[in-house]
Parts: sequence; structure tokens; C-alpha cells
Amino acid sequence: MVSDFQLVIGIEVHAQLLTRSKIFCGCSTAFGGEPNSRVCPICLGMPGVLPSLNRKVVEFAIRTGLALGCAVQEKSIFARKNYFYPDLPKGYQVSQYELPICVGGGVDLTVDGAEKRVRLTRIHMEEDAGKSLHDVGGDGSSGVDLNRAGVPLLEIVSEPDIRSIDEAIEYLRSLRAILMYLGVNDGNLEEGSFRCDANVSVMPRGSEVLGTRCELKNMNSFRFLRQAIDFEMRRQVEVIEGGGKVRQETRLFDPQRGETRPMRSKEEAHDYRYLPEPDLPPVVVPAAWVEEVRRTLPELPRARGARYQQELGLSAYDAGLLTADREIAEFFDAALRAHGGGSAAAKRMANLLNGDLARLANETGLAPGAWRITPAAFSGVVRLADQGVIGGPGVRQVIEELFRDGGDPDAVVAARGLAQVSDESAVESAADAVIAASPGEVERYRAGNRKLLGFLVGQVMKSMKGKGNPAVVNAVLTRKLGD
Amino acid sequence: MSATPWLGRSLSDLSAALSRREVSSEEVTRAVLERIQATDGRLGAFLTVTPEPALEAARSSDARRARREALSAIDGVPLGLKDLFLTKGVETTAGSRILAGFIPPFDATVVERLRGAGAVLVGKLNMDEFAMGSSTENSAFGPCRNPWDLTRTPGGSSGGSAAAVAARQVFGAFGTDTGGSIRQPASLCGVVGVKPTYGRVSRYGVVAFASSLDQVGPIGRTVADAARLLGAVAGHDPRDQTSSTRPVPDYLAGLEDGARGLRIGVPRQWFQGGTEAGVERRVREALSAYQSMGATLVEVDLPHSKYGVAAYYLVAPAEASSNLARYDGVRFGLRAPARALSDMYGETRDAGFGAEAKRRIMLGTYALSAGYYDAYYLKAQKVRTLVRRDFDQAFERCDLVAGPVSPTVAFGLGEKLADPLQMYLADVYTISCNLAALPGLSVPAGLHPENRLPVGLQLVGRPFDESTLLRAARALERELGPSPAPEAIESGGRNRVVR
Repeated sequence: MVSDFQLVIGIEVHAQLLTRSKIFCGCSTAFGGEPNSRVCPICLGMPGVLPSLNRKVVEFAIRTGLALGCAVQEKSIFARKNYFYPDLPKGYQVSQYELPICVGGGVDLTVDGAEKRVRLTRIHMEEDAGKSLHDVGGDGSSGVDLNRAGVPLLEIVSEPDIRSIDEAIEYLRSLRAILMYLGVNDGNLEEGSFRCDANVSVMPRGSEVLGTRCELKNMNSFRFLRQAIDFEMRRQVEVIEGGGKVRQETRLFDPQRGETRPMRSKEEAHDYRYLPEPDLPPVVVPAAWVEEVRRTLPELPRARGARYQQELGLSAYDAGLLTADREIAEFFDAALRAHGGGSAAAKRMANLLNGDLARLANETGLAPGAWRITPAAFSGVVRLADQGVIGGPGVRQVIEELFRDGGDPDAVVAARGLAQVSDESAVESAADAVIAASPGEVERYRAGNRKLLGFLVGQVMKSMKGKGNPAVVNAVLTRKLGD
Repeated sequence: MSATPWLGRSLSDLSAALSRREVSSEEVTRAVLERIQATDGRLGAFLTVTPEPALEAARSSDARRARREALSAIDGVPLGLKDLFLTKGVETTAGSRILAGFIPPFDATVVERLRGAGAVLVGKLNMDEFAMGSSTENSAFGPCRNPWDLTRTPGGSSGGSAAAVAARQVFGAFGTDTGGSIRQPASLCGVVGVKPTYGRVSRYGVVAFASSLDQVGPIGRTVADAARLLGAVAGHDPRDQTSSTRPVPDYLAGLEDGARGLRIGVPRQWFQGGTEAGVERRVREALSAYQSMGATLVEVDLPHSKYGVAAYYLVAPAEASSNLARYDGVRFGLRAPARALSDMYGETRDAGFGAEAKRRIMLGTYALSAGYYDAYYLKAQKVRTLVRRDFDQAFERCDLVAGPVSPTVAFGLGEKLADPLQMYLADVYTISCNLAALPGLSVPAGLHPENRLPVGLQLVGRPFDESTLLRAARALERELGPSPAPEAIESGGRNRVVR
């Protein structure tokens, strides 16, 4: 049974760096474009060309290493990983092998309320390959697009510390959020700028000996990752329980069928014939550079979340949602600053951001940077709610309108007539009319059926076309019925 | 008036004459093109000649001269380039069938600098395929011959460059030296060849053979010519991160300062009987000449140089196996028609590479394979460190090291083709210099007493101390008098043998 086995996962992430130019030449790193429009002799691997290391790539590697608690190495070297493939122009990938730029470090997670640290083995810099395009002319021929060749990557390798699928997903979510906070990666799984391979094995519960692992590739969403690991875990357990042995191999996830299939076995694995890259001198990172980069590190998601809980009294859940995306957290911070408010406003903002705004963002696919509602306008909505000018339905309506069209919350409230009636005399006359029109209900209420207050409040609200301030209506009716 | 008499003069003389407007660049360039036309059928030094662009460059130079805007000492001077340098719009083959028809979209940095200095580039010179060889017989386009004896090789791999300079086809040329590929052919052709310190000249746009050993250098008729050519291309290039940021000295300053006071190291291991007697005699005479000029000879030890050839034939093929992976038929060069990808790779590379390139790809692939890396590649790298340490220790006691360039004079075409190991041993004295990343040069030391073929003296110096090497070479050149021009190329036969 699957429950008799312990799942063990290690993850390799390939994160494209958000540098403007490629790692070894000046070509643009922008996604897409006409095939082979963002290429030059260097990334085409023409005879005689040499790489020139993009300094920004090293800076981003240092930045990431520091954020993840790695030891940034004073000296690291590039190496050539040799293999033939049409989308690999030089016949080797320039990567790092024996001496990577960062070693150690880890990612702290909270999974089901439990704290967990996934240790990192290493982080290294390398160049991306191009893409093979199959059946391009409809004639069965293949083409190669080298726009992506030479885009800088960080490969972030974890130890096999992950023990469940939820931990794997949380590890990737956390790592992705950190890279996005650092501004080094855009976190896009679908376009492949954040890619993950998972090394999966199982061992009998209680055992300390790791089982034979399979490397899973081609999972470009968290959902697929979940499916792939789940399938693979069950497959391996089945093999073992059937008396077989898991073979070490690389397996490809097939999203159509939701299963993994062998790609190549250990015996078929490439001998990459690594050698130190003779065209590049060692990468030397003086301590002063590391310190300079350290000073520019932003507050990271976990630290920010802890601050939200301690200083603003938000729940761990709300804090987690707000900090998962740096832009959301910054929107929140800016709105709270504009409001000048404390814990109550923070709570209300968190609810709205994680609720209505998250839903709208999801529906439209817009990131906070593209929203038309500004943090100041959002704080205005919260202020109007604080003041009782608008109630729950009004808030929702204003937010929807501001999200869609932008503008000023006061103007929207005025234009749509969304302001609540808090004026006691207006509420009193409506209450008097309802009391007069409902003698039976009033009598039963006074006889002790307190539940009927809700019915009477509803009647008043209805007569005021929903604009009565619920708190005022409640207070006025309670007073009058108590007579 | 015909400019033909100028062909026998040095680059430095021509440069002065151009300045004095005694002759125009166009006239000299025409004479050069005629000379190539008349002699290269016998010699085989050129793979490509570019008359029109050359004449255009010459006319531009003359126009600058008329406006008194000459760019440099080599402005208007006709030069040749080993076919390993990428030249924009001009076929560049590296001597290989796999690159036949390849027209580069850009100029190598060296080419860019030469054009920027006003040089007139007349064509691309023959070479061993991918610079792998010591005889230029590994060229896919036929061998080059030695202008001193057309039955012999000019050496290699920059054989076309050395032969063209010696045969008065050009006033200077550029080659590359990975294990002796400038110095050995310079020695065998009786001209001056300089392999600068690794990192002194940009490798950008030079087809790579073994990246940690390859270095670009000039071949000239005289030491001053070579010094001028080196000065024109040396210096940091941001596109080659292995190029040095050290300032480039004026290689002509101090050139005439003589050998007095120099301490010349004579490595014991270079005089242990591996050299042909007539060659060794000329080398020893050169050393005596230095003594008579006021230099001191110091015996030094290079105990690890005996491992040089072995270490070299691990490091160089290993890097080559990786560097040559890009010739896969996908993006440029030859592509064999095949349905399946792996067949296309195999057939393209089988048809495109010659035997020596294949041999080295296999050697290098083996040396880098899992389980063999430590025993071969890594150990060879350790030998490099030891070879360099030997030199460092020697340079505590001397200013430069001197010895033979090649154990023999020019050998016959086909003589060593069947025995790769014999061919590899032709570089036994030149390889350490590359392994240790030091500057070295070959300067004519006279003709072999029997067969009247040129013998070269090798000088190896401290890192980036090309100036001392050039000064010492110039002292010997002055002492021995101007080196003669080969006669065989004029008649199409052999040089007269004087017994």
C-alpha cells in the first residue's frame, strides 16, 4: 500500500533571470519574437566566437544566494557540458559543475501549520538552450528557434528533504515567491521561465535508506507537478510491491494522460564530458560585492508575513496570501500607508485584497501593476466603509467599478447613489411606518420572539431601498420596539 | 614604374617608402597579386585571394596618404591571414571541408584591427585542418610547399603563412600557435614567427582549436617587421575575456639595444641528442654569437618538458573535441543529406572532417569520458602547472630561454604522414611554451650546413615580456646579416645544395 511507503523528493529549479540581455552576448532575452530574430554570432555558436559574461547574471546569482542563505563562493568556474542536440548551438552548454557560485542554504516552509526547512545543495549559473519546433512546414520537417539560446538561468538544486507532495508544492511556491520578490525571475511556469524537475523515490516507512530515484520532467504547472509525483509514487510502490526494482531513469510527464513515461535509462544517460570552460576566466566575487548586493535585498515574504502578524494582527493565513506575491504585498503596504490606519483597517484591507480583488484579478488575469484601482483609491473605499458611508454591498460595487474603470471612490459613491442613510430621523420615519404596518410581528416580538427583529430590519431596509445604514436601522428599531 | 623590386624588401622598408611616396600601395598591391598569381600554383600558400577588395583597400590607403592621414606603419601594406581568422564576406574554411563555402558575417578582432590600421589584406592562407598538424598536409584543399624546396613541407599548421612571407608573396602574415604552429613553420621557412603570451592578442573570431593554448601571432621577414605586426594587433579585447588588460608596450623601442647583459638560459633537456646535427650546430653557433655580443649563457633545467608532448596531446584534443562539436550540419557549413538527425550528424562529420581532426576528436572524447577524466585531462593539467613552474624557476636565473625550434629542417611531403607520433614529435621543443602560456619566437639562425635549408632559433621569455625576446632576436639577426630569400620558388625546383 502507498501508505506503507515514505515519499522522498528533491527538486531542481531552472529559473530564467530577468536580465535584459543574454548571459554571454548582447541579444535581448524577451520571450517570443519571430524565430531566430534575437540571435547573433555568439548565441548561434558561429566558429570563432567567445562568450563575455554578463555581470548582471552574477549579481542576480549573488542576490538569490544571499536571500536563500547560501554561501556565495569567492571563486567559481564555468564548465562545458558536452552533448549534441540541434537546439544546442555549440554542442555544449556553458554551465557550472565542480565549483558553483553558491552552496548550501535553504528554504523555510510552513506546511499544515508545521515548520519545515528544505536544504539547498547548490545554485549555479548556466545558459538556456534554444527550442526545437517540429513539423514546422507541415511536411514533417523540424526547425530550431535559437531566441532562447543563451538566456541566463539559475539552477537551484534542493537536497532530497521533501517528504510529501504538499511540501513539494509549498517549496516551489515559496521559492518562486522569493525569486519574484528579488526581481530575478518572473515566476512564469507556463512560458517556462520557472521550470522544475523532480527527483522522486519511495522507501518503506521507518527506513533511512533512500530508494532508487527517477527524475521527472515536463511539468509546467503546480497541478501537473502534483499529478506527476502522485502517479510516479504509486508506480514505484507498485513496482516494489510486485517484487520488482525501480530503475534509475529520466521520465517525462504526459499531461494528456496524467502519467510519467521513461525517456532514457541510466545506461542511456549522456556522458557529458564536463571540462572547465577555457574561454572564461574564473568568476571572482569579492566580499565587498557580496555586501553591496546584500544592502539591496528587499524584505522577503516570510519576514514580511511575520511582520504582518505581529504588527498588524493579521492571521497567518491572511499574511501568507498577502505576501505570496510581492506586488500584492506592496499594494497592501501602500494602501495601508495612505489610510494611516492600524489593525482594523489592515484586517479589512486583507479581507478585500484576498477576497474581492483577488477574484477580480483572477477573472481578468491582471497583475497588480496593471490594475486601474490605485492603493490610494482602495484605501479611500476602506475609509468610506469605516465611516459607515457605504456598507458591504456598496463596498463590493465600488471596488468592482474602480477595478474596471479606475477613478475616485467618493465620486463613484456619489454618482451611483451608494451612500447609506445614517440620518436617524429618516430611519425613524421608515421604522414607524413598518411598525405600524406589521402589528402582528411587533406583538410577537414584544412577547419574546426576538428573532423577528431580523424580519423587521429587513422590512425597513427594503422600504429604504437598501440604503439604510444597517447599524442605525438596528439601533432605531430596537429602541422603538422596546417602548 | 613597376613596384616589383619592392617585393624583396622588408615590411619596414616598404612602410618607409610608402611614407616617402616612393611607391603607392596600389602599385605594391598589384605587384603582390601578380607575384601570387605567378608563384602560388607551385607553392599552394593561398586558399583564397581577394584582388578586388585588396586593391580597393590599397587605393583608400593611397588616398589617406595623399591627405596626409596615414593610419599606421602598416597602412597600405599587403598582408595575408591564415584561413582561421574570420573575415567578413570572405570564405573562411580553417582548412576543412566542413567549412567549405562558409562566409563569416563578421571580422575577427585581429582582422578588424588590421583593417583599422589600414592594412591591405590580400587573401587567406593554407593551413592544417583546424590548425591540427605540423606540415600543412592536413589541409583539405591540398598541401602547401616549402619555397626553399618544393618537395618539402613548410611546416605547420600556419604553413601557408610562413611560406607566403618567405616566398615574398606578402610582406607579413598572421597565424596561430597552439603547440608551435607559428614558430615551427617560421623556422622551416627561414622567417620570423612570434607566439605571444597567452592573452596578449584577442582570439575573438579565430576558429578555435584548443582554447587554452591557441594564440595569434605575426610572421615577418625581419624581427622589426614582426614587432610592427604584433604591435598592430596586441591588446585587450572585451570580446575575449581571456585577453589581458596589460598595456601594450612599443615593441620597436629598445629593439636595437643588443644582447649585452642578457642572461640566456640554455635548457639541458633541449640539448640531449634529439636534434639533427646540422640543426644543433646552427643553434649552438647562435648561442656562441650571443656570448660574443656580451650575453651570458646559463644552463637551466626544464625537467618536466619531457612530459610536454604527452600532456599536450591530452589537453589539446580534449578542448578540440568540444570546440569542434558545433560543426554539426545544423546551422552552417557542410550538411550531409540524411533523413534521421543522428545520421545527419554522423554523415556530416564523417564527410567534413579529415583523418587528423577525427583522430583528435576521438582522443579528446576519450580523455574527457567519465572515469578517465582524472587520469588523463586532470593529470595533464597538473603537468602544465609543473612545466610552468620549471620556467618560473629558470627565469629566476635568466632573462630568456634559447634552444632549437624544430629537431629537423623542413621534411619531405608525405614523409611523416603515415606516422602521427613522428609528426607530433616535430613540436617537442615548442609545446612547453604553449602549456606554460609564455611568449616564444623563432628567428632565423642560418642555413643547414649541408642541405642549405633554414634553421630557426627559439627564444622563450617571461610572461608578457615579448620586448626582450624581440630585442634578443634582433641582435642575432643583425649579427648574422639579412636572411637570404629562397630560390627554389623562382625556378620551381630545389635550392642549390652546397656541400
